[in-house]
Amino acid sequence: MRKTILSAAFGVAAVGLAVSGASAATLDDVKAKGFVQCGVSQGLPGFSNPDEAGNWTGLDVDLCRGVAAAVFGDATAVKYTPLSAKERFTALQSGEVDILSRNTTWTATRDTTLGLNFAGVNYYDGQGFMVRSDLNVKSALELSGASVCTNTGTTTELNVADYFRANKLEYEIVAFEKADEVVAAYDAGRCDVYTTDQSGLYAQRLKLTNPGEHVVLPEIISKEPLGPVVRQGDDQWFNLVKWTHFAMVNAEELGITSANADEMKGGDNPAVKRVLGTEGAYGEALGVSNDWAYNIIKQVGNYAETFDRNVGPDTPLQISRGVNALWSQGGLQYAPPIR
Amino acid sequence: MAKSKDDVSFVRSQLVEALPPPITEVGVLGWMRKNLFSSITNTIMTLIGLFILYLVVPGTLNWTIFEAVWSGTSREACTTIPQGGALPDDWNAACWPYVGAYLKLFVYGRYPDAELWRVNLSLFMFFAGLIPMAMPSVPYKRENIIFMLGIFPVVAFILMSGGNLNLNGFLIPETIFAPSEFKFWIDFLVLTAIIVGFVGWYMKATATDPKSAMKVTALAMAVLGLVLFSMAFDFGLESIETPLWGGFVMTLVIAVTGIVASLPLGILLALGRRSDMPAVSLFSVIFIEFWRGVPLITVLFMSSVMLPLFLPDGVSFDKLLRALIGVALFSSAYMAEVVRGGMQAIPKGQYEGAMAVGLNYWQSMRMIILPQALKIVIPGIVNTFIGLFKDTTLVSIIGLLDFLGMINLSHSDSNWATPVQALTSYVFCAFVFWVFCFGMARYSLFMERRLDTGHR
Repeated sequence: MRKTILSAAFGVAAVGLAVSGASAATLDDVKAKGFVQCGVSQGLPGFSNPDEAGNWTGLDVDLCRGVAAAVFGDATAVKYTPLSAKERFTALQSGEVDILSRNTTWTATRDTTLGLNFAGVNYYDGQGFMVRSDLNVKSALELSGASVCTNTGTTTELNVADYFRANKLEYEIVAFEKADEVVAAYDAGRCDVYTTDQSGLYAQRLKLTNPGEHVVLPEIISKEPLGPVVRQGDDQWFNLVKWTHFAMVNAEELGITSANADEMKGGDNPAVKRVLGTEGAYGEALGVSNDWAYNIIKQVGNYAETFDRNVGPDTPLQISRGVNALWSQGGLQYAPPIR
Repeated sequence: MAKSKDDVSFVRSQLVEALPPPITEVGVLGWMRKNLFSSITNTIMTLIGLFILYLVVPGTLNWTIFEAVWSGTSREACTTIPQGGALPDDWNAACWPYVGAYLKLFVYGRYPDAELWRVNLSLFMFFAGLIPMAMPSVPYKRENIIFMLGIFPVVAFILMSGGNLNLNGFLIPETIFAPSEFKFWIDFLVLTAIIVGFVGWYMKATATDPKSAMKVTALAMAVLGLVLFSMAFDFGLESIETPLWGGFVMTLVIAVTGIVASLPLGILLALGRRSDMPAVSLFSVIFIEFWRGVPLITVLFMSSVMLPLFLPDGVSFDKLLRALIGVALFSSAYMAEVVRGGMQAIPKGQYEGAMAVGLNYWQSMRMIILPQALKIVIPGIVNTFIGLFKDTTLVSIIGLLDFLGMINLSHSDSNWATPVQALTSYVFCAFVFWVFCFGMARYSLFMERRLDTGHR
């Protein structure tokens, strides 16, 4: 890729174009170039956002780091491409990125018509409502006649319309282009309700003048399963990304963390040994080394660790696990076993 | 008692000391009477103006300076008690420590820390070349221009990207000769020979001195070769890809490339549009009208979203490069129209006079027409530059993190998320843009006055 700027200088076709990995075997291309090219958002708190030093952090970023750890045993072998919502699928289709890990909702249209595959769900989101607590509203069904602040041009607007119409409620939409404008308008009292994905509600709550005066209503009016996306027709790479997420979930289930991975490696639990690569050859089947999952867990952490580090109760976002808890704890995160 | 003539004097022999002007005519009071309160309407306007200032200034100063927070390490520093901080309930002012914490990101983007000296050196060279060039009294203008337009871009490119381009050759089919850097130079020599030969053949056909034209062409190709060679040479600098560039440096890269490319391209297009040769004129008209008819945001969007779909699988252009080309072509079309406006304002007598003294087309343009035409349109040119400088912020819609893009990106850091975060950063952004645009505007005024040789 670095060679491409060169055409800038001359604009002569003569100098040639750079070739990046968009051929069928993404894994081979990734191995050859030595890093994973990861498409991320232009900043979504807790999912993919750079910190003050410019390092990308977040739940989606951790998935890319996990893939890099699986392929190279080095979670830092990732390069990030910030993508706008409009260009994200093109960037993946054209081979500009290897994985799109950008809070992208898995829908039937996207899965079937864009030539892409969703490799699992690393965060179950859903659209929610926030209101002022002094309105004494306990449920979204009491919101008849409310004015609703939201972003323009996203599915959130559509979901609101569907929900209110289905429940025969009156409403008025107040839409803005940017999230910051929506929050400011809601904060200034221009509307009664603020709606967006629940993870976003938690993030934007930090920008309210008085966060304590607002409550998030229990209703979730849409399903927004967010997950990594890869190109269709490359099953090996698809499998690797899919199992990177599964390895992190399995690790949480088995109690393996980045802190105790070395210790557990020497233990007797066969399920743990299979995950950590001391038994069986599951890595080879994926086209990577057998300690792939060990590298992921050691360098990135299990699912609980990445969740807590990026969006969990100790971060400013303070999102509880909710539906993203393990299946054994009443949530939806369920990973097929490694065996 | 006869009185001598000297005793009686009806007329003072000396002028009386001039009285000071009335206090209402001089000093601050006089100035105010003359300018602010000269009539009822003027007085009313002054009072309204004062009232507006009263409404705006204290609030602005309080918000940006007096009540603002100046130190802190996280959002706690800039939050009120209900938000989890320590400030009083109704506090609302700027949160400067957040800008301070992000300043490096705002200026340099995600460029690696250890390599920042390369950006700094490039910036230093840029300003060290620009400032003497902008001051008319400093000598060595020709050397300075050669440095700024010839040497600086190459050096800055090598410094910022790391150079060490991979040249693979382009002409001879790969089946005959495997691609390598050596093949590139073979190809380059072949291309040079073809071009020089063609120029010679063309010049011979038009019956002018073919030797000197061929020499000039060969020299140009040699310079191009030298530039390519230095870009491909491995200076041992780590390669920094453009996704790591960003912040104000990227804004400058886009704006400066657009400005530098648009002026010569625009002049050529303007000349082409006024040319008598139908092919040249038609091409210029189509080019200019196409680029002027398409919004910049569409150009950027096409370059970023559509172009990759048209390219064959596995071939990709650098995103910044695509945006740079788009911006340069776009602004050159506007520049062409500005320059054409200036050329049309030159009386026909100047063209005829130039022809009468036996100058050929290029000589008359270079020595008679363009100097006058460009002088007239300095305000228009600078206007285009300022517009271009501000338009660079549009690149954030294609995911390039320029100054504004970086600021928007920083809003996603929940460590600094406060109600005043967005406003603080936008005020900072607006201030920086204002400083640069105001500077350009003042400089253009200065040049106008300096070049105003009194044709009015």
